[in-house]
Amino acid sequence: MTQEAEVGIFIDSVLGYFNVTVQHTAQCGTPYLAIGRSPEVSDYTAMIKISGKREGIVYFTAPRSMLSVMLMRMQETDMSHENLCDLVGEIANTFAGNARRGFGHQFNISVPTVVCGSKDPMEYPAGTRPIVIPIDWRAYKARLVVCLN
Amino acid sequence: MSTRAASIAPVTFHRLMIVDDSNVIRRRIERAHDLPFVELVGSARNGREALELHARTHPTIVTMDLTMPEMDGNECVEQLVRRDPDIRILVISALADKATAIDALERGASGFLCKPFTDRQLNDALRKLIEY
Repeated sequence: MTQEAEVGIFIDSVLGYFNVTVQHTAQCGTPYLAIGRSPEVSDYTAMIKISGKREGIVYFTAPRSMLSVMLMRMQETDMSHENLCDLVGEIANTFAGNARRGFGHQFNISVPTVVCGSKDPMEYPAGTRPIVIPIDWRAYKARLVVCLN
Repeated sequence: MSTRAASIAPVTFHRLMIVDDSNVIRRRIERAHDLPFVELVGSARNGREALELHARTHPTIVTMDLTMPEMDGNECVEQLVRRDPDIRILVISALADKATAIDALERGASGFLCKPFTDRQLNDALRKLIEY
């Protein structure tokens, strides 16, 4: 599978998620390679470790305001820090899990690890370069970062 | 002679347990399910908690996530079916490949619903589970 096709699998996961869960379409910008510096992370970041046929990490990072609005769209009334962490983890889990449609069942995913704050907490597998998929939803900007060997 | 009594269908009550490590998803399922004669008996955050809750509340239908800490959904499905062969389990997972769905059904699940899902998809899947 080409790298372009692999990125397309994740874009499909992103678009499907927003359409179904918050009934408001997201737009994915042009994916790019993060060369020379790590991709910026936002207020809440959830990382999934990938193992099996492929190895690496997938993470989703989003601002607090965006996650809060998403919770509201889901009729959730609890906007606590714990629920925002929970939501960002569930989104990352869904993006990575849905990618098995394209990668197959040997694309194993971990439970999400959630990090808060804007420092870069990620350790990328040696010899890999992160691919950043920009996500625009309403007025908010998030990113899905895919780093697979 | 009245035949009215004979026309009333028997009602089966179901006891629902929700198993998912995400609080957001647990609460979403709690809010969204709207089938008559289904009573929520409790929610669990992983397979181990689900087994404890099952022993206390004896649910008849279950929604089950797969990727969870401590004990995953597949192992929990097997243990629940071993305890109660009549239990009906709807696996709800983001793992969207066919092999995962088939594996869950072979372990004893009665249905599979992929995340993300709409309220309507959830209720349709629960309805099929009850009619299974």
